[in-house]
Amino acid sequence: MRELELYFGPQHLGMVGNFSIRLKVEGDRIIKADANPGFLHRGFEKLMERRTWMQNFPLVCRINVVEPDHMELIYSMGVEKLAGIEVPERGKYIRSICCELARVGSHLFGLWAYANMLGFDTVAQWAMYHRDLILDLFEELTGARVYHIYIRPGGVRRDFPDGFTEKVVETLHKIGSKVPDYNATFFENSLFRKRAEGIGKLSQEEAKSMGAVGHALKATGMKYDIRKIEPYAAYDQVDFDIPTRKGGDAYSRLLTIRDEMIESVHMIFKLIDKMPDKGEVYTKTPNPFKWNIPKGDAYVRCESSRGELGLYMVSDGGDKPYRAHFNTPSFNHGLTVLEKALVGESVSDVGNIMISLYIVAPEIDR
Amino acid sequence: MSKTSYLNPFKAIKYLFDKPQTLRYPFETKEIADRYRGFHKNDWEKCTGCGNCADICPNKAITMVKIDQLEAKPEKGIKDERPQIDYGRCCFCGLCVDICPPGALTLTKDFFHIHFDTNTFTFIPKDEKLDKETYKSEKDYSIFQASLAHRKENYDGFSPDMRYALFEPDRVEMPEIEPDKRKLSFIEQVIGYDKEQAKKEAERCLECKLCEDACPANLKISEYVDAIYKDKPKESLEKIYEDNPIPSICGRICMKHCEDACSLRIRGDALAIRWLKRYAADQIKNFKEELEIHPGEPTGKKIGIIGAGPSGLSLAYFLRLQGHEVFVYDELPGGGGTVRIGPPTYRLPLETIDKDVNYIESLGVKFKFNTKVGKDIEFEKILNNNDAVFIGIGNTISFSTRVKNSEKCELALDFLKDNKIGEQRKVGKEVIVIGGGNVAMDVARETIRLQHMQYPDEEVTTKIVSLEDWNELPASEEEVKESKEEGIQFNPAWGPKEVILDADANIKGLLCKKVKSVFDEKGRFSPKFIEGVEKLLKGDMIIEAIGQRPDFSFLPDELKDRLEFTKRKKVNVDENGMTSIPKIFAGGDIVNLNLDAVTAIADAKVAAKGINRFLLNK
Repeated sequence: MRELELYFGPQHLGMVGNFSIRLKVEGDRIIKADANPGFLHRGFEKLMERRTWMQNFPLVCRINVVEPDHMELIYSMGVEKLAGIEVPERGKYIRSICCELARVGSHLFGLWAYANMLGFDTVAQWAMYHRDLILDLFEELTGARVYHIYIRPGGVRRDFPDGFTEKVVETLHKIGSKVPDYNATFFENSLFRKRAEGIGKLSQEEAKSMGAVGHALKATGMKYDIRKIEPYAAYDQVDFDIPTRKGGDAYSRLLTIRDEMIESVHMIFKLIDKMPDKGEVYTKTPNPFKWNIPKGDAYVRCESSRGELGLYMVSDGGDKPYRAHFNTPSFNHGLTVLEKALVGESVSDVGNIMISLYIVAPEIDR
Repeated sequence: MSKTSYLNPFKAIKYLFDKPQTLRYPFETKEIADRYRGFHKNDWEKCTGCGNCADICPNKAITMVKIDQLEAKPEKGIKDERPQIDYGRCCFCGLCVDICPPGALTLTKDFFHIHFDTNTFTFIPKDEKLDKETYKSEKDYSIFQASLAHRKENYDGFSPDMRYALFEPDRVEMPEIEPDKRKLSFIEQVIGYDKEQAKKEAERCLECKLCEDACPANLKISEYVDAIYKDKPKESLEKIYEDNPIPSICGRICMKHCEDACSLRIRGDALAIRWLKRYAADQIKNFKEELEIHPGEPTGKKIGIIGAGPSGLSLAYFLRLQGHEVFVYDELPGGGGTVRIGPPTYRLPLETIDKDVNYIESLGVKFKFNTKVGKDIEFEKILNNNDAVFIGIGNTISFSTRVKNSEKCELALDFLKDNKIGEQRKVGKEVIVIGGGNVAMDVARETIRLQHMQYPDEEVTTKIVSLEDWNELPASEEEVKESKEEGIQFNPAWGPKEVILDADANIKGLLCKKVKSVFDEKGRFSPKFIEGVEKLLKGDMIIEAIGQRPDFSFLPDELKDRLEFTKRKKVNVDENGMTSIPKIFAGGDIVNLNLDAVTAIADAKVAAKGINRFLLNK
């Protein structure tokens, strides 16, 4: 049969954002896939070199629209490591709670994207609504719904407002009580299972060799989570499990996401119970206009909702980063893993596989 | 997990009977969170125009613009600029709120602005008090008109909170000798910052430069403070020397107009600018060897300066750097003028004065000490031998109250001078000091030290009698506080009526009358007393410290007649520092009303430029 070259995106309904793939197809089968990023390049890493240590934290959150908190966290962790700043206990708990809320919100957003892509609009609407409830919590805590600009070098910007923990518990119960409905309409729906099972299958070896992280790796049965391997914030203070699946396909990935969400909710409850009632939420950092960080470099990593997120940052002793470089999960997923996972699949499943890998385009083009 | 099925999804049908979650906006609205980061609001009365918001803004969305209807008050640290925000750039991070020293900027819960004209997105925020047009009450507000020009009043979101401020409000405390210990001797009260303390204090500076506008001599404060923070005391001192050639003196006794303007003072402590200057000066042990400042190429012009006080010293330095030949005449045995005799040793030891004077001398300025102009050398001779003459003689004659028997009292300046550079005076056990200014505080605090030294373990008292009440005392707050700590008794709002003598014509006490008011409606000095309310203060010694005046007796009569004075009895000088007599310039306490060292330096800067211009045009 004749080979055809097909451009998938950046303007395509099934696309995750400003991203495209060049496909070589034979009939409906994909022979070769070339990821083609670069439509969303905003030069964040370069911009960071022009801003002071304090001016950078409102910027980094924009690297990932869906889940800005982990970006703020990783930047703050990097600065703290370079400058040798210790975060106060309560600040650490607040960071963990904030990041777990972000994980739930982000996974709900991913669920919306996935359900929407497959045409399960009811579920998609629920997920979007429930994400909005999480955003309400963020609005109350940080003052903004999307770009929270909350986790700052040294801790967090403000303490919990009065009665916030009660609201968190109430909201999470509200969302949690809908899990059976989600299961019935989506996860236990035979239609969904037929669409997702066996699609974009990766073996554990393949996943590891191509740098898959997060749920893509967990769905192949590997318990790999930075929160356990290299605990940061308050993750060493609470007990939690890392959900895994064996299948390695889109279906397993989605179930991992669901289980991870449920685990996060449990973790938030545990964190709230264990959190110190009083105390500072941040360590005072030097005057932002005179803040010079001693010469050195640091690599820090955390577990974002899409997997391992890393930051390598160099200071030349000045008031700005000399260089910052992010290691984002979508970069691995969107380029190497996706190119492999698409081979042999049908053109109609491109979006399906892509969203199951949870690729966020802005993370690829920094 | 239970088995998947095609029928499972039908369980969702029950949601058909639920109330829809969608809000019917704008008829149904959602409560906005209390910390919401929306449009800015700025309290213009609190805002000082310091520009820290513009400096921290990561997107450069804020520019400071000059507002015509506002008046700049540099001495109070208020500029006539206010922030203008470009909402095309603003990312609503709120760093401007957290850095704002006075806490004037607030983010509100408003976030609507729809307009065809993009210029409307650039906006100078005000608040409800000043802009009643924009901020509507709940009743008048309509969501359909919502915009930057139609906002809700009292709708604050992300607000300033000192607990989370990005600046450090607390000053590094200056180590000092305890009051109980320091009042027993003339040991220097302030110990001085060490390196760590100085760096920590210097780090607080936000570099808004309000202080530089407030300083009469416009020192480049933010630059020299930054050099201290970077641990470069030499660079710092050289920066100070550009505008102030007596840093060791000013680092101790400056009236610190800069700190009154510091933006940090509004919700915290002002930056300790004076102590940082002192630190920089103290760090360099030998100015001559370490500083890289050189006199200019010789010009062949000669200038005679009368008085080696702050104005004379500074002028000598500035002119020497221009390459002129400078001669300074002073009746005292060393430099410093009023600051040599006035500030007591516990505030300003003689060595520190000499450190500054010796450095100026080492640059080639020729000092003629112990030379009283008019007595040891004629004024005309100086005038004829030089291309220009500067008079910076200061106020050297103390006023007397001239109440009955006041000739028995001591005069402040003589008392201070003898204690500092002559023989220490014998004081009484119960001393009364008349006056409420800084000189009176100096006299009283010196007296209490002398009393403790001369009558150890005996009961001694020092009392201050001042016309002014607590709230109008002309002395600085710091001096009043420290005087109180040392046990000096205050009698504010009492005026002297008569010095009471005993049979042997020794002082027995001071009869005082109650003051009704010190100033008249126009703010002029005109004390009024309550008739019949009197009290007798016991005392065996009275010192009058109610002010000083200059001594122009050295001037020949012909020149004295030509010398013009202002309404407030100051020598009248033009913008070049020149008096009504050509070739004669003046500055310092005889010209300005501040009567302090840094203003004298400012006068000297003016005169230095003026003399230069005068000599080169000639």
